[in-house]
Amino acid sequence: MIEGKVWKYGDDVNTDVIFPGKYTYKPMTPAEMAQHALEDLDPTFAKEVKRGDIIVAGANFGCGSSREQAATCVKASGVAAVVAVSFSRLFFRNAINEGLPVVELAYGTDAIKKGDTIGIDFEKGVVIHAGKEYHFPALPKEVLAILNDGGLIPHVKKLLAQAKG
Amino acid sequence: MGLTFAQKVLAKKAGLATVAVGQIVDVEPDFCLSHDNTAAISKTFAKLGVERVKNPDRFVIVLDHTVPASTEEYALGHKEIREFVAKQGIKAFYDAGVGICHQVLPEMGFALPGSLILGSDSHTTAYGAFGAFSAGVGRSEMAALYATSRIWLKTPATFRIDVTGKLKEPVTSKDLVLKIIGDIGADGALYRSVEYMGEGIEAMSLSSRLVLTNMAVEMGAKNGYCAPDKKTFAFLNGRAVAEYTPIYPDPDAVYERVLTYDASALGPQVAKPHTVDNVVPVEDVAGTRIDQALLGTCTNGRLEDLKLAARFLEGKKLAKGVRMLVLPASQEVLLEALDQGLIQIFVKAGAMVLNPGCGPCLGAHEGVLAAGEVCLSTANRNFKGRMGSAEASTYLASPATVAASAVTGVITDPRQAYAGGGA
Repeated sequence: MIEGKVWKYGDDVNTDVIFPGKYTYKPMTPAEMAQHALEDLDPTFAKEVKRGDIIVAGANFGCGSSREQAATCVKASGVAAVVAVSFSRLFFRNAINEGLPVVELAYGTDAIKKGDTIGIDFEKGVVIHAGKEYHFPALPKEVLAILNDGGLIPHVKKLLAQAKG
Repeated sequence: MGLTFAQKVLAKKAGLATVAVGQIVDVEPDFCLSHDNTAAISKTFAKLGVERVKNPDRFVIVLDHTVPASTEEYALGHKEIREFVAKQGIKAFYDAGVGICHQVLPEMGFALPGSLILGSDSHTTAYGAFGAFSAGVGRSEMAALYATSRIWLKTPATFRIDVTGKLKEPVTSKDLVLKIIGDIGADGALYRSVEYMGEGIEAMSLSSRLVLTNMAVEMGAKNGYCAPDKKTFAFLNGRAVAEYTPIYPDPDAVYERVLTYDASALGPQVAKPHTVDNVVPVEDVAGTRIDQALLGTCTNGRLEDLKLAARFLEGKKLAKGVRMLVLPASQEVLLEALDQGLIQIFVKAGAMVLNPGCGPCLGAHEGVLAAGEVCLSTANRNFKGRMGSAEASTYLASPATVAASAVTGVITDPRQAYAGGGA
């Protein structure tokens, strides 16, 4: 169970506004990437985001490029999870692979406003907002295993070590 | 009950008789693509503690996103990639200048019907034009593929888009795909496989089909597909790097949704800033002033695109105050364009002809925009800030609309100039 303050955005938040292309081929640490998180969407985000905050958005979050930094910069900014009506498949995979929890809330996210506090219970599969519970489907076990290992690289490392056994 | 292309290809790759929509499969791709991001991927790969890439012959690496290097950082990245491919014995390495990955893979015979191709680039969807199942992945996934050659994929539901009638010149497949994206939205085909079928597709060249599959990702799709035919096999003859078996959807395949478009009734389309689904007929934005015209990219930098654009530019000059960038998609395209006198037409009109590569499409390199500037581009994305300043604007259109507009200085319906002999 986590609880955090909401940063609220709309539909079709694309990877160019999350992490601009001009930085994509510059070597950067995750902490440096975090300084540019959501730069062309909300310039206040990177300055004011607090560890444990939660991004809530509409449909098709993270559409566009395959750039993994879009997930890395959000995770490194301290965000605990991203809740959206739907995700682009590339952002969804990249988030899991970076160990950033993503919650697909098909009910819609219109009622959740910037600055609200929401809870997410991953075990029960519910988002809690204003006293109400909204269910979301559990991740497939193959995908959950990656998230639980902290991302794809630690996950694959573990599998390779087990294979060597 | 019949199966879609996506079900059939994923079942085959997973060694299963059949797969259901939503089923997760563990598969080994035939080929994996990465580009300038290989520098970062190779560092992630090193973290896995694995010494050698498992199957170096399955990886194709193309330098195209920031070529030639404009900064020391980019130059260092390219150098690290050259060292990595030499150390790992990756033979399919195409250095700066050969072309854009999504043109180079088809030219070099990797885009094979029935194959599974994954790339750390979202427009990897392009190879579906050859009947491959191809999709983008992230950098961590590519690093894991270096180590294990395996990945999980979920079997998508499928939309079929039937295209009746034939496009009327100078309307192109770019106009068609923009129209579809405008209609169904940037998430209209989210996580779906999209099969483009019908006489309108059969009548198209492979280059035109590549535009449809390239931009499938702009409607949220996982992959796009066109049925391979005689044109596909003829192109691959002498190029294919391996034997291949085409895969076609069953006639009674189950589609989640079927859409129909009459290509013969379609006019030129333009995507307005700042989303690809913000599409209107060209008439609605005609007269909009432009500062830069961009002809090229993995979407529209092929020979037929340059040929079409040249019809509007032959014997003409760019409008005062307009700069035009032309980036052939590959050296092969550039050589053919030289042979056909197209490059001379562009240069005489006042355009800058740049080396094959991604150029300014993603704003990481050359030809970027200042605040307040407007670009009309043949590329596939117009997101805020993508081509430079977040205060600049990008409109997307076909090579015909871009070239016609470069001559007038404002967004222009290409049909009138074309009817008059093109120039």
